[in-house]
Amino acid sequence: MRGDPLDYGRCWPLRLLLAATLAFLYLPLVVLVAFSFNAGRRVTVWRGFSLEWYERLVRNPELLAALGNSLVVASFATLLSLLLGTLAALALWRFRFPGRIGLERGLALPILVPEICLGVAFLVFFARVVPWPTGLPWPLSLGAIVLAHTSFLFPFVAILVRARLESFNPELEEAARDLGAGTWRALQDVVLPHLKPALLASALLAFTLSLDDFVITFFTAGPDTVTFPVKVYAMVRFSVTPEVNAVSTLLLALTALLAWVGVRLQARLGGRPS
Amino acid sequence: MSALIEIEGVTKRFGAIVAVDDVTLNIAEGEFFALLGPSGCGKTTLLRLLAGFETPNVGRIRIDGRDQTRVPPHRRPVNMVFQSYALFPHLSVRGNVEYGLKVAGVPPAERRRRVDEVLALVQLEGLADRMPDQLSGGQRQRVALARALVKRPRVVLLDEPLSALDAKLREELRFELSRLQHHLGLTFVMVTHDQDEALALATRCAVMHRGALVQVGTPAELYEFPASRLVAEFIGAVNLFEGRVITDAPDHAVIDLPGEGIRAWLDHGTGLPGVPRLWLAVRPEKMELHKRAGGRPAPRMEGTPPGHNVLAGTIREIAYLGSESVFDVELETGRRVRVIRPNLTHWDQEDFGRDEPVWLGWHAEAAVVLAR
Repeated sequence: MRGDPLDYGRCWPLRLLLAATLAFLYLPLVVLVAFSFNAGRRVTVWRGFSLEWYERLVRNPELLAALGNSLVVASFATLLSLLLGTLAALALWRFRFPGRIGLERGLALPILVPEICLGVAFLVFFARVVPWPTGLPWPLSLGAIVLAHTSFLFPFVAILVRARLESFNPELEEAARDLGAGTWRALQDVVLPHLKPALLASALLAFTLSLDDFVITFFTAGPDTVTFPVKVYAMVRFSVTPEVNAVSTLLLALTALLAWVGVRLQARLGGRPS
Repeated sequence: MSALIEIEGVTKRFGAIVAVDDVTLNIAEGEFFALLGPSGCGKTTLLRLLAGFETPNVGRIRIDGRDQTRVPPHRRPVNMVFQSYALFPHLSVRGNVEYGLKVAGVPPAERRRRVDEVLALVQLEGLADRMPDQLSGGQRQRVALARALVKRPRVVLLDEPLSALDAKLREELRFELSRLQHHLGLTFVMVTHDQDEALALATRCAVMHRGALVQVGTPAELYEFPASRLVAEFIGAVNLFEGRVITDAPDHAVIDLPGEGIRAWLDHGTGLPGVPRLWLAVRPEKMELHKRAGGRPAPRMEGTPPGHNVLAGTIREIAYLGSESVFDVELETGRRVRVIRPNLTHWDQEDFGRDEPVWLGWHAEAAVVLAR
């Protein structure tokens, strides 16, 4: 591959560019993580190592509640969008019905529409059209956010699953039916295993997108249903404290962990090309 | 011979296309039946109708005396070997073969025994834990076969079972299929576009064309006594001559071949009374070549009066195939005729050369008369 112009690890101007790009992308994160362990209060002066801000964090019930809300919302929104997205993809793949093409193209709409529009739309929807009852017990009170998240997440799932279905050999399903499996059994035994990598990828995508969504959540969250990003935003409005750094570091770690798990699972499933 | 499969007046349409057109066919228990025809002739649709993946628009299908016309595939006593083999990629060889038994709720111990048994039958012992992508084409084919056999179906359906394999393997598996079918006494229904495959394997074949059955018979019947030009040309090579009946007696017939300027003599009646225009079909290997150089007279063909069944021509091309040689002979009219001669001795292939003038002819019993 010597002399390949795309091999940018080999000639030094490009190497420099690569290094600068990486630094630009990741240096702020490094600073953020480093200063979350700072002993001092100022975000710009290093005063030595300390876990003080993490301790404060653990003792901040509002922030923990917001984190809990975010995780619950992300979990339910992921499950719901997996279900809806997979069903939508299966329907589009398998059946011919009037409006199929329109539906297939329209599926990407929630991804393309600016988030701010969706946010305002949900605000109006939940305020005027179908008011989400207030004063519900805890997980139910998050319902409005879960529904809003699901509506913009499930198209991601549907698109990924739909793409994966293209590589499915329909004779496999016929083989299962021929060997005695009914429609549901064949779906479960043959189609779903083929979809596994796509389901995993879209679940991770949906979970992370839901976890760090700000705009739509901001418009649908009530005073007692604050999610993590919304809470962080509220904190930053007063001052950027090392506490915010610590929170962000935790979120970063969580996302990294999810990505790592995803890659590991993908590798295990992908080792058996299907 | 009672029929295991009864297909009664079955028609299947896809929109305006008639894929299977009023087919009536009985297949007996223990037969190795081949559905033969060019692609798009409806043979695969007929097989899928037997499997239950399609439902006929008209007609009925009975298997083992039971009406199966509207029974879904998973409740039919048939199993299929798919053209792509359709092995489940996420399951091992054992998992694949076992699947049908698992769905049927067979207990694990019996499942294990039956899978081992059928894997031994297709000579795949020791490969049970392999994944499909770790197998060769021939091994995959055997897994597909094992998977279809393990449920002990009444009928095994095979969709172009050998088409994805190379020539050498194909021949090997051809014997294998034949051995298995014979050994198990099962009924096999196979779809193929490969006439050699059909002739070699089948106890009976049906030739299909445009959704309809054109002729049903043993391989020898189809080859030696084709019912139409279509069958004659589809199964093997054939030389066709258009003619008119001059004499049609019970023990012989004379046919004028105006295109060739000679008369043909048959040692039997045409069996086609009142058909003014017909075709004489002669297989290449039933043609004889004789020397013509130096003004040698036309030889007299066995069973015919002098001057019948003999044509003058010139050899234009010779294809030496080892066991036989194929000659492309140009008649005086410019028409090409194909002749096959077996190479019985080491030096047979040197008898005739390119551009050599020859007489070619056929015996009184070598030709078949076709009305269509």
